[in-house]
Order: sequence, then structure tokens, then C-alpha cells
Amino acid sequence: MTDGVTEEDRVRLAPGVMLRQDRVRGHWQLLGPERVLILDEVALEVVRAVTAQPQTDQPPVTVGMAIGALAAQFDAPRDEIAADVLELLGDMIAKGFLTR
Amino acid sequence: MTFCGATIGLEPPLALLAELTHRCPLRCAYCSNPLALDPASRELDTAAWCRVLDEAADLGIIQVHFSGGEPTARKDLEALIAHATAAGLYANLITSAVLLDRARLERLRNAGLQHVQIGFQDTQPAKAELISGFPGGQAKKLEVARAVTDVGMALTVNAIVQRHNIDRVDDFIDMALELKAGRIEIANVQYYGWALKNRAALMPTREQLVHMDERVRARLPELKGQLVVDYVVPDYYAKRPKACMGGWGRKFLNVTPSGSVLPCHAAETIPGMTFDRVTERPLADIWANSAAFQRYRGTDWMPQPCRSCDQKEIDWGGCRCQALALTGNADNTDPVCDLSEHHGLLAEIAAEDGGTAEAPITYRSFSL
Repeated sequence: MTDGVTEEDRVRLAPGVMLRQDRVRGHWQLLGPERVLILDEVALEVVRAVTAQPQTDQPPVTVGMAIGALAAQFDAPRDEIAADVLELLGDMIAKGFLTR
Repeated sequence: MTFCGATIGLEPPLALLAELTHRCPLRCAYCSNPLALDPASRELDTAAWCRVLDEAADLGIIQVHFSGGEPTARKDLEALIAHATAAGLYANLITSAVLLDRARLERLRNAGLQHVQIGFQDTQPAKAELISGFPGGQAKKLEVARAVTDVGMALTVNAIVQRHNIDRVDDFIDMALELKAGRIEIANVQYYGWALKNRAALMPTREQLVHMDERVRARLPELKGQLVVDYVVPDYYAKRPKACMGGWGRKFLNVTPSGSVLPCHAAETIPGMTFDRVTERPLADIWANSAAFQRYRGTDWMPQPCRSCDQKEIDWGGCRCQALALTGNADNTDPVCDLSEHHGLLAEIAAEDGGTAEAPITYRSFSL
């Protein structure tokens, strides 16, 4: 059983999951064991933000830090996007594409 | 959407099942390989498989499933995985695990392998080995499963469910958790090939299926976010057919050890089919134009009640091989559908073969 994702969590791609652009169809997708999740533009930016490769001398980003970066990137109110991002991440964790 | 021999509107396939070999040290009574197996001398060589993988990637395939038989019996598996990965394909390995060890798993991982799916015949060694005919198999599988996650790859436990193990579905789930698998496939045996031959020895009773179904559904909430559960509901007790292979010739193709290209791995059981070979025709041409793929693609081939059914582009008429196995004609509506005139057959077979009497098991064998 998993509780909801919080801003203090750090998430990463689950074992066997990779982010890749489909070279025939053009869209971005997460590929995992026997499964594919097609990402729209928003979902792609969220995945990139939460799995951002940190500097080697810094800890990995938290979900909260990623939300801050997305708010800045899209010039959107932080509160508005936070709930959407947390819901999206919860869904991707439930489907086994991301892990905490 | 109709195809009518043209490629307009035809979407590229998503997945390739690459059956590298029919050789296998196990002799599972439920094996879905054909009764007439390809001998090693007819297997495609490394260069031919590499060309198939390149053509598959160009065609739009995104995942390749290296399977068999036992794919690790091929010494060139590392080379094929490396080639697939370089071509941009996501590589899965479908294995019995009994020929693997940690050193080879590391080599496969380094070649680009992402995911290993290990088939388990039971949770109890003696019972597992009754089905596989392979002494010592269970301990080896557990050892290899642990090494898979240890070296950083994703692990799926494939629980192949039939009468003799169906009451232990909870144990299968617990085993998957203990092995740190990310995914479990709870797959009720599909009765083709060797499994059809052994249906009387393998088919569970309705009571067993109801109990299993309750147990799986009861466990799902606690597993969310921890273990992905792919659960294949048994056909013989269903009311609507599955969209077999996501629809014939819509998403999937299968290349046999000797290079025949099939719309599904059991398609060779259908009489009157002709299959093109990767050694004679490009894969893209086969996908678009091969007679085998055209035969049941789309909806034009459908008889009634499918033709006028509003589900026809959801279940695509169900499974051709099952229609054949049960009604004697692959052109019929899958009798799993309760709108089929043959639906009553399922209850008869389930009552007859799903009985509790102990029927003898015929082990898969190579008779060349």
C-alpha cells in the first residue's frame, strides 16, 4: 500500500524503465517491462523535472523542488500545478513506471 | 477501419516476439509451442536475427521479447540483445531461468537487457517439477530471480496457473514480493499446443477459479505501487472474448525459430494458413501484405454475430486459435463470447475437463 506522493519525496524511474522518443511515431514515452506509457508535453516535462540529473555534489531533487522548477519554467502559479503534479506522479508510481 | 490489401490506415506494430529456439530443458505440460517443433538446424543464424531486429525497429516496433523455447540456449543472446538495444528496441527476456547464472545475467544487462520474466510452475518445488519435468528447477529459478534484481534489472514473476497450483495464488504473490519483482503476471494456461493435449490434466474447476479471482482482487489494493499485477482472466469461464493479440495483425508479430512470421504464436495451428519468412520477404512487406496477416485483420472477415456487433472493434472477434480448437473452424466467432452459437461448448468442456479426476500428464518432448 502506498500513501500519496508528497513534496518531500524523491522519485526516480523504476528498474527497467526508460524515457525515450519513439523514432517512428515521434512522441515521447516511458518504456517498462511489457508496457508503454505515452507522454503528452506536460507529462514529459514533469518526468524530466522529477528525474532531473542533479549535480554530483548535491542530493537528488525533491518533488517539491521539481514543482518549483516547473512553476518557473511555465510561469504558472505554484499551487495550481502542485496538485496536478502530485496526482500524476501517484498514478505513474501505481503503474510501476516511477518509484520512490 | 478496413484494410482491403492496402496499407492506408495500417498502424505500425508495437511488439515483436522473437522465438529464438524451440530447444528447452523443461518439458512443461502446458507449453504453447507447436507439437511439431523446429529443430536447431533450422534456426535463423545471428546475422538473420540482427537483420530482423533492424527491420522491426524501422517498422515502428518498440519492444522485443526474446523467447522460445528457452532463449538462453542460444549462445548469441548477448549479441542479439546488444543489436536490439543499439537499434532502439526495449529488450525483454522471457525465460525459464534454469540455464542462467549471475555472470551471464551481468553480460546480458551490459548488452542492454532491461527486463527478465521468469516462468514459475508452482511455489512448491515438488509440485513445480511435476509440471516442468525438470528436477532441481525451482531452487535454480529462485536463485536466478534474486540475481536479476541484484544486478539492477526489472523482474517479472510469471505465475502459470492451472489446476495443480491455482489454490496457491496468494503464495505466488508473496513469492513475487519476497523476490522484489516489480511485476507479476498471473496467467491462466491458454489451451493451445501441448496445453490443449493436456487440457484434461490441467483445467481448474469453476470453484477454484472463483476462489483465485477473489484472492487476486482482495490483494490488489495492498499491492498498488509495489507490485504491478497483470492478471489474465481464464477464458473458459468468461462471457466476452479477449482482443487476442490486441486484434489480429494490429499490434504484434511473432517470428518463429526458423523465420516464419505469425500474427500470433499459435497461428500455425490454423489449417490453410501460409506464412511468409523473414529470409524471403522484408518484415514491413510481410506486416502490410502477408496473406496470414490479412486473413483476419480488421473486421471484413467477420461472421455474424461479430459483423453487426458494437464490440467488434473492441474484442476484434476474440481468438482465432481458440475458435479453431473448440469449434473446428478458425473463422467462427470465439466461442468464449456468449453471443456465439457454440458458447455452450465451454461449459461442457469446463465441466468435463475441469473435473477433479487425475488425468495423466503428457510432457512436451522433441520428437524429430
